[in-house]
Amino acid sequence: MTLRTPWRTLVLGAIIVALGFLPLAASAYVLSVLTVAYYFAVYAMSWDLLFGFAGEVNFGPTFLIGLGAYAAGLLNNEGVPLWLCVIAGGVAALAGGVLLAVPALRLRGPYFGLVTLVAVLVLQQIVVIFASVTGGEIGLSVADVLSIDPGPNYWYAYGFMLVCGAILVTLSRSALGLILQASGQDAVEAAALGFNVAKHKMAAFCISAVFSGLAGGMVVFYMGTVSVDSVLDIAVGVQVIIAAVLGGRRTIVGAAFGAVFLILADELLRPLGQLNTFLVAAVALVTILFFPDGFMGLLARPGART
Amino acid sequence: MTAFSPRTDMLEAEPAVHLLPPRLDVSGLTKRFGGLVAVKDLSISIAPGEILGLIGPNGSGKSTAMKLIMGIEKPDAGVVRLDGTDLAGLPTHQIARAGIGIVFQHSRPLHRQTVLENIKLALLPDRLTRIFASRAIHDRAREIAERVGLGAVMQRRPGSLPFADLRRLELARAIARDPRVVLVDEPFAGLTAPELRSFSALIDDFRREGRAVLLVDHNVKGVSALVDRVVAMYLGEKIAEGSAGEVMRDPTVRRVYLGGSLETHVRDSAALQAAPVLLDVDAVSVFYGKAQALETVSLHVREGEFVSVVGLNGAGKSTLFNAISGLVRSTGAISWAGRNLAGLTPAAIARSGIVQCPETRELFGALSVQENLDLGGQHQPVSQTRDRLAWLFELFPILKSRRTQAARTLSGGEQQMLAIARALMMNPRLLILDEPTLGLAPVILEQLSLALGRLRETTPITVLLGEQNVTFALPHADRVYVLEQARIVWEGDPARFAAEAGAAYL
Repeated sequence: MTLRTPWRTLVLGAIIVALGFLPLAASAYVLSVLTVAYYFAVYAMSWDLLFGFAGEVNFGPTFLIGLGAYAAGLLNNEGVPLWLCVIAGGVAALAGGVLLAVPALRLRGPYFGLVTLVAVLVLQQIVVIFASVTGGEIGLSVADVLSIDPGPNYWYAYGFMLVCGAILVTLSRSALGLILQASGQDAVEAAALGFNVAKHKMAAFCISAVFSGLAGGMVVFYMGTVSVDSVLDIAVGVQVIIAAVLGGRRTIVGAAFGAVFLILADELLRPLGQLNTFLVAAVALVTILFFPDGFMGLLARPGART
Repeated sequence: MTAFSPRTDMLEAEPAVHLLPPRLDVSGLTKRFGGLVAVKDLSISIAPGEILGLIGPNGSGKSTAMKLIMGIEKPDAGVVRLDGTDLAGLPTHQIARAGIGIVFQHSRPLHRQTVLENIKLALLPDRLTRIFASRAIHDRAREIAERVGLGAVMQRRPGSLPFADLRRLELARAIARDPRVVLVDEPFAGLTAPELRSFSALIDDFRREGRAVLLVDHNVKGVSALVDRVVAMYLGEKIAEGSAGEVMRDPTVRRVYLGGSLETHVRDSAALQAAPVLLDVDAVSVFYGKAQALETVSLHVREGEFVSVVGLNGAGKSTLFNAISGLVRSTGAISWAGRNLAGLTPAAIARSGIVQCPETRELFGALSVQENLDLGGQHQPVSQTRDRLAWLFELFPILKSRRTQAARTLSGGEQQMLAIARALMMNPRLLILDEPTLGLAPVILEQLSLALGRLRETTPITVLLGEQNVTFALPHADRVYVLEQARIVWEGDPARFAAEAGAAYL
């Protein structure tokens, strides 16, 4: 283990640097696929903080993503500058998340998850009902975009993912991460050690909400539009969950790998048509059934024996 | 003697700790679960540096009392004073912050973290703003690890530790909180003799540090070497209090654990001795992870015999029965009517005639009494089923009058009778009864006991009964085994039990 760690860090560092130079070599198509994958990675990492560490399953990650995206998009059309809109997206997701979580985290067992699922459906309906403001099912075009060139767009996404990832990984390995894991695994024992379990779970939910909202806001200004299909649909949420579980629960980094894998596989298998979605889903199913610790679990396994 | 001379005679009679104001003072503590009063008007107090044992048989309310003190369950009434401050009804984390710590029986450490990180966790403040643990916390965690004997394994992960070290880790986490009161649930369960000694020494250290300690256990014997005083509970109430010796001599405690008068009904033992051995358990061991639940247990049951296995909760009775029924993996040999049971599925074992009536009863609550019984008779020919049903209604007349009622609306005693009747519907050659008296009131026990007596007298059935209630287990038994801490420690006929094994049972 001690011998491996410096190598692992070195390899990881090299990959991170190399990916930074990718726009110099890769085609616009490859860059655009990865750009989407990176935003997706932030969704999945935020989700893993809540599920992997605090032990709460959020079945509606798109509730938070969607709140961020629509808040950013709507404000931008009112003339608010782009970067303020992205931050407003994070704030909106936080506010909506708190409003939802305060009553929902009191519930036990699967009910929290069900509440988050229903919340997405409610938000979808609100978007459709207030179509005159939100653009309804057609979607909403925004005034600003991050860039029209694939290179800068790639860099924005890549930098955004690295910063969010660094913050989330640091948090997960901090004292807070330790208390969250204890709360998630055995709430009674955590409370007996003097930790306010509800407060810490709430904090995890808030952090997860802010990053989901920020990512939602960024996506709007990459695509130039915001629509139910792209940021609110249950299917998008399911993709986020699969990505995080596929990558490896309670690792944060794994969730990012899972997201990139999922988006890349989806693109690479596109020529297969309908079979594509089936194959990706089948791989995810097999992984979850037989390797519940995901990709990172497979990687860590040989090291765990020492 | 002048008025100013010290009253040395008094000091000798009373340990010094009693002169201090109590550190933990519990009074009038009450908890109801629906109609059941789990803890009733309980009052206990512990002085600084004192160790109090809280004992009681399964279902006596001692664990609930501990949870009430810790705030894991909310009391319906009563006060829990820590150095004069009432904590009753506060959430657990506030009670923990106020200075009460608990050592759980089963620990669930964080498995991806090292032992040291697990101890660090307990040292962290309850704040969101503290992102990184300070150097002081790190050093303190190392110090605690050394103190409890985990110094050599600090960097290992909990999954690779033996059972005793996991208990040490649990103790380390309690120490880390520096509690003024420490509650310890079944301190010595699953430990070997040397481990038990070092664990006792660690708990004894609490005394010197002026902490008040509450040890919760099944019997006095387990904690007698360590405790200053013992409080005994039964059916939610305190029934005795005093030194370990006083409580063991207390007539109420003796009645609860041993029964008032141990009746035995001796049958013609010569005929039974000649009967062939039906069930032969030979050197069977069972492990649950790292804890050994059964240690080379050997016993046999002859055709037509009624054999009782008595032992406290946690002694290994259910594990033994589950091993026989094929529900847990075991080593050693179990042969049934001359045939080795190794490798057979639980269903195959049940079909071969071993029917277990589990402690948890496992009735179909929404189905009626009649439907539950019909399900038991599924695999029997219809004509036989009818006769059996008639015979069972004769054995348990109350079930006949309740036949259309849903099983979950029955009282505890009626449910137990239904569970036994359903097992008998399966026409067993060997009926295994696992703690049928669990949670039943004394008057119900008598009815159940009468039914078992009739069963034994009127049918050739073979019965293996597991009980912690000796009064219930002995009257019908032809032979008795005593199971203690995963081992058979005594075997003999019930008449000799009180004289030879009774004392060890308290």
